[in-house]
Amino acid sequence: MTPDLLKQGAQRVAQSAQQRVQATESGGRSAGYGRVLQDADAVDVTHGRILYLEDVSVSFDGFKAINKLSLDIAPGELRCIIGPNGAGKTTMMDIITGKTRPDEGTVFFGSTIDLLRHNEPQIAQLGIGRKFQKPTVFEHLTVFENLELALKTHKGVKASMFFKLNSVQGDRLAEVLHTIHLADSVRVQAGTLSHGQKQWLEIGMLLMQDPKLLLLDEPVAGMTDHETERTAELFLTLKGKHSLMVVEHDMGFIRTISDIVTVLCDGAVLAQGTLDQVQADERVIEVYLGR
Amino acid sequence: MKKFQLPSHAPLLGRKAWTAFLLALIAVGLLAPVLNLVVPAGSPLHLSDFAVSLVGKIMCYAICALAMDLIWGYTGILSLGHGLFFALGGYVMGMYLMRQIGQDGNYKSDLPDFMVFLDWKELPWHWTLSDSFAATLMLVVLVPGVVAGVFGYFAFRSRIKGVYLSIITQAMTYAAMLLFFRNETGFGGNNGFTDFKRILDFPIATPNMRMTLFVLTGVTLLGFFLFSRWLVGSKYGRVLMAIRDAETRVMFSGYSPLPYKLSIWVISAVMCGIAGALYVPQVGIINPGEMSAANSIEMAVWAAVGGRGTLIGPIAGAFLVNGAKSWLTVTAPEFWLYFLGALFIAVTLYLPQGVVGLVAKLKNKQGGAA
Repeated sequence: MTPDLLKQGAQRVAQSAQQRVQATESGGRSAGYGRVLQDADAVDVTHGRILYLEDVSVSFDGFKAINKLSLDIAPGELRCIIGPNGAGKTTMMDIITGKTRPDEGTVFFGSTIDLLRHNEPQIAQLGIGRKFQKPTVFEHLTVFENLELALKTHKGVKASMFFKLNSVQGDRLAEVLHTIHLADSVRVQAGTLSHGQKQWLEIGMLLMQDPKLLLLDEPVAGMTDHETERTAELFLTLKGKHSLMVVEHDMGFIRTISDIVTVLCDGAVLAQGTLDQVQADERVIEVYLGR
Repeated sequence: MKKFQLPSHAPLLGRKAWTAFLLALIAVGLLAPVLNLVVPAGSPLHLSDFAVSLVGKIMCYAICALAMDLIWGYTGILSLGHGLFFALGGYVMGMYLMRQIGQDGNYKSDLPDFMVFLDWKELPWHWTLSDSFAATLMLVVLVPGVVAGVFGYFAFRSRIKGVYLSIITQAMTYAAMLLFFRNETGFGGNNGFTDFKRILDFPIATPNMRMTLFVLTGVTLLGFFLFSRWLVGSKYGRVLMAIRDAETRVMFSGYSPLPYKLSIWVISAVMCGIAGALYVPQVGIINPGEMSAANSIEMAVWAAVGGRGTLIGPIAGAFLVNGAKSWLTVTAPEFWLYFLGALFIAVTLYLPQGVVGLVAKLKNKQGGAA
């Protein structure tokens, strides 16, 4: 190695040491424009929005189910969605979860993940959980097996063949079992549960996925008053840790849990505000409450 | 919160089931050879050659029934094309057996007789590996596996389900049958392969070889049974059942159903292929008739009669239906198809859980009365 090469090398080392001193938290002068996500799973909510829909439209055979819908949800928020039948509430959830592809518009999860680029299982793995209108559980499996399947873990074929529940996961499962009040029915086949219990089991399966955003389509339909009350309590404890979007018709239930209510009509947002505000809105009364 | 005890999953087999399994292993691997080969033919304990070849054949069918149970009973995908995979395994083995004939055929040629008859001068390319037993064993697995993999990938990726998939699988096996019927595809046309002489240079039509194949088939069946037990007892098996019961829920739980459906589809196809490869040397013939629609449908009947989603049921179903078949086709051959149809209707209407469900019901009743 020639002396001049050695000299150049020494200069480079000195220079990079100096740069390191100059570096600031945001990267300093020599920082690139790109940003490395610390955790590939993490949803970037630095802009204060966990879900962002803009100008989304979809039509089925000429019928505009969703018409230039724009909506956003903050991290930790519990948003209630109401609206008459056919307002597009379920279709909106279909779009967010990848079941339906919109004709136009953008749908973002956090500020970096374009949901339109992902399919249903990928979106579920990203951290969006969904409860269907009709409770959907695995009827021939036990309550325990239902929750175990939903558990957040590797979901490939090989991982499933050799899967063993570890103690942390077991504790998590037991915790959810108690949260959904099904600890006594852990060995029961899910198909034999009552309607309200199935609703709870499905909510429990969502919790096992540990989603950042929960979409709940009529979660208290068919529940007794007592069960509804306990569900409201559960949702209020979830608020803050998770973001929730709840579609419901039960106004009493909405009054208990809601901050902001969004009214959908004909595939677009008609009004937004507290329940009292939207109930006082002339247009809402006209199309929905009909009083 | 007090320490809460989560339930554990059932073991591979219970105590009783292990005992039964070992008894079956002894029966197949020890008792049958002794009763057939050692006990003299006049003795009442003697197991006739006819019984050995019949049970050997039915055990091949039972492997297919087991495969049907995995794909239909557990995953809810009704395939009416598994006869194709059975026949593919059989044809691969058949090609090897044809090469083993050597120059002992009618035309004393190196080529199989039907090729001489067609005036072919050399082996077609797809016969290249057929003289090696090791390659044959590999191809028995690979050919049905790859065919099933390609078909399944496109079918499941397009989210084809239910009766549509059943119809496509039926069309697939029918198309393959037409292809194999043609002389120029090099599979012996409608005569298929027969007149086998040797396997691994041992003569094929001896009592010892018959018994060897019988034991091999029985051990394979029992092995596949254990393997299937393990599969359906794992979380993988529970995902399959979940796909059967509520596929959208599976997707929204973060599972992509495609690799699950595809893997179990290929596994069951390979099982059928192996069954076919064991079947051909025992019956001594393979022809495109094995790919006919009725054969694939019969597999579904075995599984339905025995009881879907039970593993042991379809095996019992294969024995019951084929036992009845071999008896009826001798005593009243014209009634067999009527019987099969009536059986299928009766099982669908009155025994949705098959024979296993019936037994469980009777047991429960007895328990209730006592």
